[in-house]
Amino acid sequence: MGTISLKNISKSFGSTQVLNNLNVDINDGEFLTLVGPSGCGKSTLLRIIAGLEQQTSGDVLIDNKNVNRVRASERDLAMVFQSYALYPHLTVRRNLETPLRLRDYNAFERLPLIGNFSPSKKEKTESINQLVNKTSETLKISELLDRKPGQLSGGQRQRVALGRAMVREPVAFLMDEPLSNLDAALRVHMRSELSELHNSLKTTFVYVTHDQAEALTMSSRMAVMIDGNLLQLDTPQEVYDNPSSLSVAQFVGSPKINIFKGTSDSSGTVSFLNVNLKRKSSESNTDLHIGIRPEHLEITNESNENTFSGTVAYRENLGSDIFFHVNIEDGSNKIIVRGLPQLTHQISNGSSVNIKRVSDKALLFNQVGMRVQFTNA
Amino acid sequence: MEAKQYIGEGWKHAILIIGAIVVMLPFYMMVSMSLKSQQEIQSISGGLIGAQETQTFPVCVKTGYSEETCTMKPYQYNYWFAFEKAPIPRYLMNGVIVTLSIFIIQVLVALPCAYALAKLRFYGREFVFSMVLFCLLIPVHGIALPLYVMLAQAGLVDTYSALILPWTISVFGIFLMRQFFMTVPDELIDAARMDGMGEYAIVWKVMLPTAIPALLAFAIFSVVAHWNDYFWPRMVITGNRDLFTPPLGIREFRGGIDSDEFGPMMASIVTVTVPLIVAFIIAQKRFIEGITLTGMK
Repeated sequence: MGTISLKNISKSFGSTQVLNNLNVDINDGEFLTLVGPSGCGKSTLLRIIAGLEQQTSGDVLIDNKNVNRVRASERDLAMVFQSYALYPHLTVRRNLETPLRLRDYNAFERLPLIGNFSPSKKEKTESINQLVNKTSETLKISELLDRKPGQLSGGQRQRVALGRAMVREPVAFLMDEPLSNLDAALRVHMRSELSELHNSLKTTFVYVTHDQAEALTMSSRMAVMIDGNLLQLDTPQEVYDNPSSLSVAQFVGSPKINIFKGTSDSSGTVSFLNVNLKRKSSESNTDLHIGIRPEHLEITNESNENTFSGTVAYRENLGSDIFFHVNIEDGSNKIIVRGLPQLTHQISNGSSVNIKRVSDKALLFNQVGMRVQFTNA
Repeated sequence: MEAKQYIGEGWKHAILIIGAIVVMLPFYMMVSMSLKSQQEIQSISGGLIGAQETQTFPVCVKTGYSEETCTMKPYQYNYWFAFEKAPIPRYLMNGVIVTLSIFIIQVLVALPCAYALAKLRFYGREFVFSMVLFCLLIPVHGIALPLYVMLAQAGLVDTYSALILPWTISVFGIFLMRQFFMTVPDELIDAARMDGMGEYAIVWKVMLPTAIPALLAFAIFSVVAHWNDYFWPRMVITGNRDLFTPPLGIREFRGGIDSDEFGPMMASIVTVTVPLIVAFIIAQKRFIEGITLTGMK
């Protein structure tokens, strides 16, 4: 079992409030990602779960047991750190053994030399060896066991750090940006490997990242945190399609969502630039933010009341897609439009284009950034 | 390389060579004089090792040995007589006991203290650290007298404790190790905590091994300072020759009634210096190895 619940967690350092009354329930076997820009308190929250940091108020429950007063080592959690934090003076084997030795041997058995006289030590050593071997085979690091961390590449250290967490077979894994020290290609590769590992272990993963792409690709649910507040907790698809607020919409998705200034008239009908959405907002007679993702805009030859025009400022070719950074004619906005290479390859910087929106995809937000629903489809 | 660069490099080397000569010359004189006879030393002749003529040494005879025993080559005589006149092995052993005890206790105190100052958050930490810095400013000689009085009151004069106790807390060591521990990533300590280590286990099993290079640097400072210290042992060891440290021992060869005997004196100094030089060379090798050990990231 590995359920973790956080109830009304708050944390402040001096007068700075870092976490603001957070409530999260993490299910058994779930891959939950805490995602947010740097400084949003996500790492602090993870450290509170781990027991490395004490919350100012609120409760942490692991398997429905309150662990507020339980030490980090006794919470039966394992943590993977950004810098891997392997013991530099120990071989990989000893690095993997350390948590097991500390857990399984008693104080007498840990003594050098005379500890070997304890009758139960041999048996324990054997089971430790078995666990280490099993883990190193799963992670394909068996041939590295006799090396020191200094002799390993970044990717190998990452595996060893994972291994050190895995050997204990903890109730949950806590990961603090474990991939951010790797190069881009390896990072993408490790994403899929971590997902596979999660599928095979079926243990709870709590994963902290500032990279929304990692959150979208790996997690079963993601919790978006900004400025110490939990803004949304849902499946990645739901967070992407249905963000609860402007900040979430802007944080999740790359390239960023386009925000237009729009208005709703007395009947609630929403319009921006010269475009009328022909749909009604639940808030009438007000200024609104209208969010449209780059893939929901397309470049077109038509010019009518559903299109607006602009000048291409910059053309970003990713091979599979081309993103056009477009200055809109009235000069108010710079937006990003996705184009398919086969349709748009002749468009270059400086050319003027017409842009059409894909209907039913716009998101409305009010002046304070909260989501506003359409009243009819 | 162009000629110009050669000249530039040449200047640097010339200056370094002069510096090296200035440093090495006393050592050369010491070794040379420990091998030569008294006449050769006083007439400044004989080069590095002298003529090494077998001869009878008058001071030796005067001390009460037979003429036969006192007839040998100068280098043999100098070292033989040095060991004969003073219990040099005893002095060396005292030196080892004192410097090692001081160093070990200094480490036992400084490491947990430095760890707390660098990595633990507690009320008053900055104040404690500023007190450590403040203590760095106190000169040893300024507090020598009160220290002596305290030791005398406790009846510890003329004991090993008098030689060791006043030096067991090294603020310099605390400061040095604290600065080094600041560079150790917090995550390593958190990882150790997650693995189930207590704070003392972290100090000895995680911090100590990663701090080997800094510890060696500190060891060189500490051991050299206390091995060579003359001032403090001279104060607290008043009569008991069995407690003499090497520098006090050398004093035995200071000119007495018989006139100065430079040969045996230099021989004793060589014996006292060699262990330090050997230790330094070994430590230097480990020092370089130690730096490659820190593959933290």
